[in-house]
Amino acid sequence: MTEHHSYLHGVMGEFDTPEQLVAAAKKAREAGYKHVEAYTPFPIEGLAEEIGFHWTAVPLITLFGGVSGALTGFGLQYWCSAITYPLNIGGRPLNSWPAFIPVTFELTVLFSAIFAVVGMIALNKLPQPHHPVFNVERFAHASTDKFFLVIEARDPKFQLAESARFLQELNAKHVSEVKDEE
Amino acid sequence: MSATQPPGNSGHIRRLEPVLEPGHTYASVTDKIAAVVLTRPLGIGWLAGFTLTFTITMVLFISIAWLIIKGVGIWGINIPIGWGFAIVNFVWWIGIGHAGTLISAILFLLNQKWRTSINRFAEAMTLFAVACAGIFPLIHTGRPWMAYYMFPYPSTMGIWPQFRSPLIWDVFAVSTYGTVSLLFWFVGLLPDLATLRDRAKQRYQQVIYGMLSMGWRNSARHWHRYQSAYLLLAGLATPLVLSVHTVVSFDFAVAIVPGWHTTIFPPYFVAGAIYSGFAMVLTLAIPLRKFYGLEDFITMRHLDNMAKVMLATGLIVAYGYFVEFFMAFYSGNKFDVFLAEQRLHGPYSHFYYALILCNILTPQLLWIEKVRRNVAALFLMSLVINTGMWLERFVIVVISLTRDFVPSAWGRYSPTFWDYSTFIGTLGFFVMLVFLFVRGLPAIAIAEMRELVEHGSHSNKEHK
Repeated sequence: MTEHHSYLHGVMGEFDTPEQLVAAAKKAREAGYKHVEAYTPFPIEGLAEEIGFHWTAVPLITLFGGVSGALTGFGLQYWCSAITYPLNIGGRPLNSWPAFIPVTFELTVLFSAIFAVVGMIALNKLPQPHHPVFNVERFAHASTDKFFLVIEARDPKFQLAESARFLQELNAKHVSEVKDEE
Repeated sequence: MSATQPPGNSGHIRRLEPVLEPGHTYASVTDKIAAVVLTRPLGIGWLAGFTLTFTITMVLFISIAWLIIKGVGIWGINIPIGWGFAIVNFVWWIGIGHAGTLISAILFLLNQKWRTSINRFAEAMTLFAVACAGIFPLIHTGRPWMAYYMFPYPSTMGIWPQFRSPLIWDVFAVSTYGTVSLLFWFVGLLPDLATLRDRAKQRYQQVIYGMLSMGWRNSARHWHRYQSAYLLLAGLATPLVLSVHTVVSFDFAVAIVPGWHTTIFPPYFVAGAIYSGFAMVLTLAIPLRKFYGLEDFITMRHLDNMAKVMLATGLIVAYGYFVEFFMAFYSGNKFDVFLAEQRLHGPYSHFYYALILCNILTPQLLWIEKVRRNVAALFLMSLVINTGMWLERFVIVVISLTRDFVPSAWGRYSPTFWDYSTFIGTLGFFVMLVFLFVRGLPAIAIAEMRELVEHGSHSNKEHK
């Protein structure tokens, strides 16, 4: 035991191709690991499902943004034109809703888009400048050409030696501990 | 490789060129695109181009400063021609932006793989064009520091914007368009900023790209949400882009001025916007791929496809011109008939003939395959079309306003030095931003190119 405490985040295996990674993620799931994360230089279809991530709230958040945008847009115009500042122009109706459609539409799109982006970033817990995986030197390749699978230490089935061997048996090229300074 | 010599490849059936030249790996596309930003030294060409466009940008700032000191009287506008260059340039610039959104959103939804290598800088072009466009209505108000009057805010005067006016719709449409384009662009950039962060050697690069990438770490869960958000943004941007130029056309079509008050305006404005936008994408893409050696990524397939889009949208625009004439004579409305005659024989008829030459006649050369595959010819063609689309807006704005209903309200318009200096200034500003963008951010979406490599390797395996 060394003096300064370092806490173990998990164990990381490196793969050369997306197919190997997806197969490894599947094996890990079948072996009963629950807290597994994969890192890839581009999105890979089906990978999120293999590590047990099926559902994202981004579409719902976007829908919520869109509905609130539409209500804001129409409500704002109705309130301005029919309630607080009514202008009687030749007896035409104050609630001239067809003329309110363009702004209602634009605000619907604006709110949806902002909610989609902010929702995605917030659910991903970004900005997060530091993460233990960045301590592994070879992890820089995750944004170029290598595919990584991490079995996290908080997994109940996690045992450093055994989980590392498990990754090696899946033909991982480099297997390394992911440590983080306390 | 069998893929290059398929059976039955007769002389008549030409195989499509690849959207990515074969032989590239994840690492090679990443290296090549990232190197333009991270390691390539500043060349004399970049410095000269940047200096020139920076100088022209200063001309823009001086023109705006002089305008703010003296007022809009320094321009050639008068009564009845209150719109002049400012609105011509506004409509032209905002139209150019539309191709960027079309490429990034609509072609994404249609699963067109060839969009991948051109979407990033087309989106950047959109943002810069919207920035240039936004300047004009702002300074055309004469008192740009009062522009906040156009937004609904609780003022002590107790008044609110007139929401039944297309000019207010325009404020909302253009500001939404600018915001959504920026969000879309940033989301697309996020993984590439992380790539640059991981590859950066110098400290300042690591810090800047590190902050911009917000700690993106390519996690599969993150990608899943990212893809969901990206798809939703594409779905939102698609009706948005169609609405923006529609609303711009309402600025004209809702008025009763002859030549403006037509229902053909929204579709024909949108088609014209995409037409000029693709021309501008070609104007930028051709030098970019040449000077930065990106011919492997922006292949002849891209140039050919863009030429075809220009040809198609150009024909829609031609149809719009035809319908304008047809409806004028078919309606029998004497003001509309008179305006049609003024376009052909009036004091500004040479602009109209130049417009027909640039926008309808010259682009018909694009039917010829040899022209579509000649890079120099395409570059010239893109300049001709950009000029033509600018002339179109000039014809619409100026001819209608100089020939209103009664002769006592007729007038003439001639731009002044400051009109030209402001317009040329925005051209310089636009190109300067492109110069900065090319060296500061990846001009091609790196993560999407890696995806393209992955798909390419799959289709090769199937051939084997």
